[in-house]
Amino acid sequence: MLKVDAIDRGIVLDHIKAGHGMQVYHYLHLDELDCPVAVLQKVKSTKMGTKDIIKISDRIDVDLDVLGYLDPNITVSIIEDGHTVEKKKVELPEKIVNVAKCRNPRCITSTEQGLDHIFRLSDRENRIYRCIYCDAKAEKDSF
Amino acid sequence: MKHLIDPTDLSLEEIDEILTLAEDIIADPAAYSEVAKGKKLATLFYEPSTRTRLSFEAAMIDLGGSVIGFSSAQNSSASKGESVADTARIVEKYADIIAMRHPKEGAPLVAAMNVNIPVINAGDGGHLHPTQTLTDLLTIREEAGRLNHLTIGFCGDLKFGRTVHSLIKQLSRYSGIHFVLISPQELRVPDYIKDEILVKNHAEFEEVEDMETVLGKLDILYMTRVQRERFFNEADYIRLKDTYILTEEKLKLALKDLKILHPLPRVNEIAVEVDKDPRALYFKQAEYGKFVRMALMMKLLGLKKPETAPEGETTAC
Repeated sequence: MLKVDAIDRGIVLDHIKAGHGMQVYHYLHLDELDCPVAVLQKVKSTKMGTKDIIKISDRIDVDLDVLGYLDPNITVSIIEDGHTVEKKKVELPEKIVNVAKCRNPRCITSTEQGLDHIFRLSDRENRIYRCIYCDAKAEKDSF
Repeated sequence: MKHLIDPTDLSLEEIDEILTLAEDIIADPAAYSEVAKGKKLATLFYEPSTRTRLSFEAAMIDLGGSVIGFSSAQNSSASKGESVADTARIVEKYADIIAMRHPKEGAPLVAAMNVNIPVINAGDGGHLHPTQTLTDLLTIREEAGRLNHLTIGFCGDLKFGRTVHSLIKQLSRYSGIHFVLISPQELRVPDYIKDEILVKNHAEFEEVEDMETVLGKLDILYMTRVQRERFFNEADYIRLKDTYILTEEKLKLALKDLKILHPLPRVNEIAVEVDKDPRALYFKQAEYGKFVRMALMMKLLGLKKPETAPEGETTAC
């Protein structure tokens, strides 16, 4: 079995839907960090069958809105001295700003310079976000 | 600052107030002829329009105000690449209220986010057209006598028809409305209108392709044009443009007190012979549009009808 060391100080993103680890990695721009980051894919899980996990070996500000938008079931654990000192709750954000891009060619965001791409939660049950300008549905990028 | 970008920006009470005010203006237009004296409306129309722009302008003039603006993107700094936000910030210095039409969806919202004067969405691409919705509501209330418990057929381009989206959004807030959505497969109402408006509001609706089978049960028939300017592919437009043509022959199937509405312009989806039918209300509907825009601008500008002097009291000359 593949073994990845526990981290002494940093952040663990757990219960990521299997196969979506790289999506979370890119949305959080973890490729821009200087510290080691491990993306574990298809790890066995009693609750989920398989899951992905991301271990970040430094304390960074994780954008919980991004995680909530991608998957509110992700858990965030803060690690200090090898122990979990805090668990952060991820919730569906009411609004996301510059997380997703509107892909509607008829939307004003396709031509107006410098506009924030803003989506509002329009259907909580189905986790659907819509562009505040044109009502187009937010599409999640896969990586 | 209160704007009108989406029809749901207004509560049902506010809509009721606007429609009631419009009815009062219709009854006594002279009483409102100086209400907006000294106020300027800027009509920023980046797309051609006849009814909407002229009715906005006529509405402001009939309220005693004046109008500035442009009627195409070519006649504005947009042709030099100026952003909507910058144009709106400039116009704010010259006008008290903006009415904006733009081919891009959400452009009036961008304007509203950048100014401190009211912005009215006068149509943004294939998205929304809230003042047409107010016009439609006033027409229905005046002609059918109510805004609830009606069977309303929408026919034609229900995919790109912004007037249809806006009106469905608004009517789904009233009780007892049964929606009959008549369109070819390719021009059906977008899923978000069905899932997040009709289903969410527990509105009854059905989707059909054949107009004749449902004509007999409609209280209101809302016809629309298949809009060439919304198609990326000309061949698709040509294939779909003549799907529904309302004729006197077909109207024999309809109720005697059916109300036929159309946001206009019409191309050939309503035969000219239908114009003489008393059930054809689309030209009257265009007239209601001016009155409802007068009422809306009064509301957004916080203008009130002048107090009339009590009987027997003489006013100073």
